[in-house]
Amino acid sequence: MEYINLVFEEVYKILFLLVPVLVSVAMIVWLDRRVWAFVQKRQGPNVVGPFGLLQSLADALKYIFKEIIIPASSNKIIFILAPIITMTLALIAWAVIPFGEGQVLANINVGILYIFAVSSLGVYGIIMGGWASNSKYPFLGSIRSAAQMVSYEVSIGIIIINVLLCVGSLNLSDIVLAQQNIWFIIPLFPMFVIFFISALAETNRPPFDLPEAEAELVAGYQTEYSGMMYAMFWLGEYANILLMCALGSILFLGGWLSPIDIYPFNLIPGAIWLILKILLLFILFALVKAVVPRYRYDQLMRLGWKIFLPFSLTYVVLTASYLFYFNLLPTL
Amino acid sequence: MKITRFLKTIFMIDFATGLLIAVREMFKTKKTINYPFEKGKISPRFRGEHALRRYPNGEERCIACKLCEAVCPAQAITIESAERSDGSRKTTRYDIDMMKCIYCGLCEESCPVDAIVQGPNFEFSTETREELYYTKEKLLDNGDRWENILAANIKSDNPYR
Repeated sequence: MEYINLVFEEVYKILFLLVPVLVSVAMIVWLDRRVWAFVQKRQGPNVVGPFGLLQSLADALKYIFKEIIIPASSNKIIFILAPIITMTLALIAWAVIPFGEGQVLANINVGILYIFAVSSLGVYGIIMGGWASNSKYPFLGSIRSAAQMVSYEVSIGIIIINVLLCVGSLNLSDIVLAQQNIWFIIPLFPMFVIFFISALAETNRPPFDLPEAEAELVAGYQTEYSGMMYAMFWLGEYANILLMCALGSILFLGGWLSPIDIYPFNLIPGAIWLILKILLLFILFALVKAVVPRYRYDQLMRLGWKIFLPFSLTYVVLTASYLFYFNLLPTL
Repeated sequence: MKITRFLKTIFMIDFATGLLIAVREMFKTKKTINYPFEKGKISPRFRGEHALRRYPNGEERCIACKLCEAVCPAQAITIESAERSDGSRKTTRYDIDMMKCIYCGLCEESCPVDAIVQGPNFEFSTETREELYYTKEKLLDNGDRWENILAANIKSDNPYR
C-alpha cells in the first residue's frame, strides 16, 4: 500500500511538471510565430481564441486526426521510435530544472551533467528518424544535424565548465544560489553570448536550421513524417528550445533569483522570475530567427570549431587563472 | 579599416543593429489585414464580377450590338438578339462563361452604352463549374445589386477615359 502511494505521489509530481511544460510548449510556438510575424509586420496567428492563443491547440488537434503515413521502404520500428525518443528526451531533461529553492523534481548532484547527457542523446532521435525514413533528404538532413549538434555540444560543454569553475558544484540549485551576489552574465558575458548562439545551433533554430533547410532539403529529417509523429518531433524541438532557454537562465541569469533583492521584487515567487527569464531568452530566440539568414554548412562548422571552441577554451583558462590568483576558487 | 572590421565582427555590431531594427519594426503598424473581416481598398477600375446595367427607368441598357462578343479574346460571351414588340433591338440571350473569362475588361471598354461592366465584387467563387455560367438574369441581377457602386465608379473614372 505504501509503495503504491509513493508511486502515485511521484506520478502526480511528474504530471505537475509535465503538463505545464507541454502547455507552455504550445504557447511558445504561438509566441514564436507571433514575434516572427510582428518583425515582418504581419499579424501572425490571431484567429483561434483570444489573440490566437489557442492556435497551437488547433494545430495539435489537426495533427491528431491526420493519417500517419509510414513509407513502405522505411524501417518501421525505428521510424516510429524516433519521434518518441525525441519528445521523451526533451521532456525528461526538465526533471532537474529547479523552479525555486527546493522546488525541483529530482535534486540530483550532477544535474548539469544529466541535462547535458540527455540533450546529447537528442541527436539519436534525429538520426534515427532520418535514417529510418530511407529517403535522401531526411538522411542528408539528419547527417548534417548530427555533425552540427555534436560540434556545438563541445563548445557548450566548455562554456559550462566556465560556470562550474565559479560555482564548484554540478547541482543546478547550487549554481543558482551561487549567483546571489552577482549573476554570471556579468563576469561571463562573452560566454553567455556564445552559449546563446550554441544553443541556437544545438536546437536547430535559425540561423543554424540546416537539418531542415527547406530550400535544399525539403524539411530535413521530418520530410517523411506526418500526423501525430510529426507533431511529436515538433513538440520535442520546442521543448528542447525551452529547455535551452531554461538552462541559459539558470547558468547565467540567476535562475529563480529576483533581479534586485528589495521589497516588492522578492515577494514574487521564484518560479515566476524563472519563467520571465525563460520568456525573455525565448523572445530573443524568436527575434534571431526573424533577423538572421541561414548559415552555409562550412561556415557553421568554421564558427563552431575554429572560433567558439578556441575562444571558450581561452576563457576557461582566463576564468581559472583569475579565480586562482585572487583565491576565489570555490571550496568543494 | 581592417581593425574596425575585426572589432565589428568580434562585438557582433551588425547583428546587434539587426536585432534593434527588428525590435523597432515590431511595434510599427502591420501591413497585413484580417482579410475576411477587413478588406483592402480597390480602384474604381477594378475588373471583378460582371454585371448588366439598366437605365434609371428600368430599361436594359444593352442594345445587342455584340461588340463585346466580338472583342472578347476568350470568346466567353454568347449573345442572341431579336426585335422586341416595340421595335427596339434587345438581347434574348446574354451569357458569360466566367470559367472562360480572363477579366481583361475589353467588353466593358467596347460597350457603347455602358451596359456590361465589371464591378468591384471578387468574392463569387462557387462549388461547381455550372454555377459560373452566368445567364442574362444573373447578370442583370448583379447590375441591380451593385448599381450604386457601379455608377459611382464609372463617374469617378470618367475624366480619365
